[in-house]
Amino acid sequence: MLGGFRATARGVTARFAKPQATILRDLVEQVVELVGTDGPDAAAGRAPATAARDVEAEELDAMVGMSEPADPDAAEQPDDPVLARLLPDGYRDDPDAAREFRAFTESGLRSAKMAAAATVLGTLPPGGGRVKLSTEQAEAWLRSLNDVRLALGVRLGVTDDFDGLNEELSSDDPRSAYVWIYQWLAYLQESLVLALS
Amino acid sequence: MSVAPVELDRPEADEQAFIDQPWLTIVWNDPINLMTYVTYVFQRVFGYSKAKAEKLMLDVHHKGKAVVASGAREAMERNAETLHGYGLWATVSHDA
Repeated sequence: MLGGFRATARGVTARFAKPQATILRDLVEQVVELVGTDGPDAAAGRAPATAARDVEAEELDAMVGMSEPADPDAAEQPDDPVLARLLPDGYRDDPDAAREFRAFTESGLRSAKMAAAATVLGTLPPGGGRVKLSTEQAEAWLRSLNDVRLALGVRLGVTDDFDGLNEELSSDDPRSAYVWIYQWLAYLQESLVLALS
Repeated sequence: MSVAPVELDRPEADEQAFIDQPWLTIVWNDPINLMTYVTYVFQRVFGYSKAKAEKLMLDVHHKGKAVVASGAREAMERNAETLHGYGLWATVSHDA
């Protein structure tokens, strides 16, 4: 029922039900908005499109894309914990080196994440169905799925004690639905790693 | 066909190169990245065998971090950049 990827003679394939495709596309779009370099003005211009989306999509925004896009020229680690995890410092104890590393790499890293996300959005039909990927596309899917899991995992406060988090949430806690989605994405990513190995 | 030598002395040049270029790429543990994915990334990025990639992944998992490569500073920065592209938490350092 969960589906997942498998390797075939003609590429890596998986089948997505419509709700799965909707959820995944929405989460990938949230990551795009988060790492996009357009700045706060572009975020304001999104409002009409957001209004047309359903309530579930709004909730997903609240989980992943809640913060303002960071200033790409800042060259400091972003304040938002999700962005800080997606665009981490390259040096741990040397702020000057970290700033210089970020100045040289962050823009390319953002672009790479956007490109990987675009591959997912370009190959996953909005209405669900079969996805068939070349090895190159599958690599992009792996990285994009990982970005989505990092974003969701940071928002959920995932720690090494994942089972503890799962048990601690009551069934009426809105986060419990995202815990399920988080686990599904892990299953999906794992199946893709195995299909590529 | 040829036969591999039974024993090889460790080339002294390697040691000297390490002293000259003591820069490291370090990967830190995080609770989100999948173990299979991290192993896959180490194989893909560094060309390591599955056994070596798995050992490094387990070092990250159990010890909190692992040195995954060493060499010139520029090369270690390129490693970190590539690993960030895969979503791994990598840093460059002068000492372990």
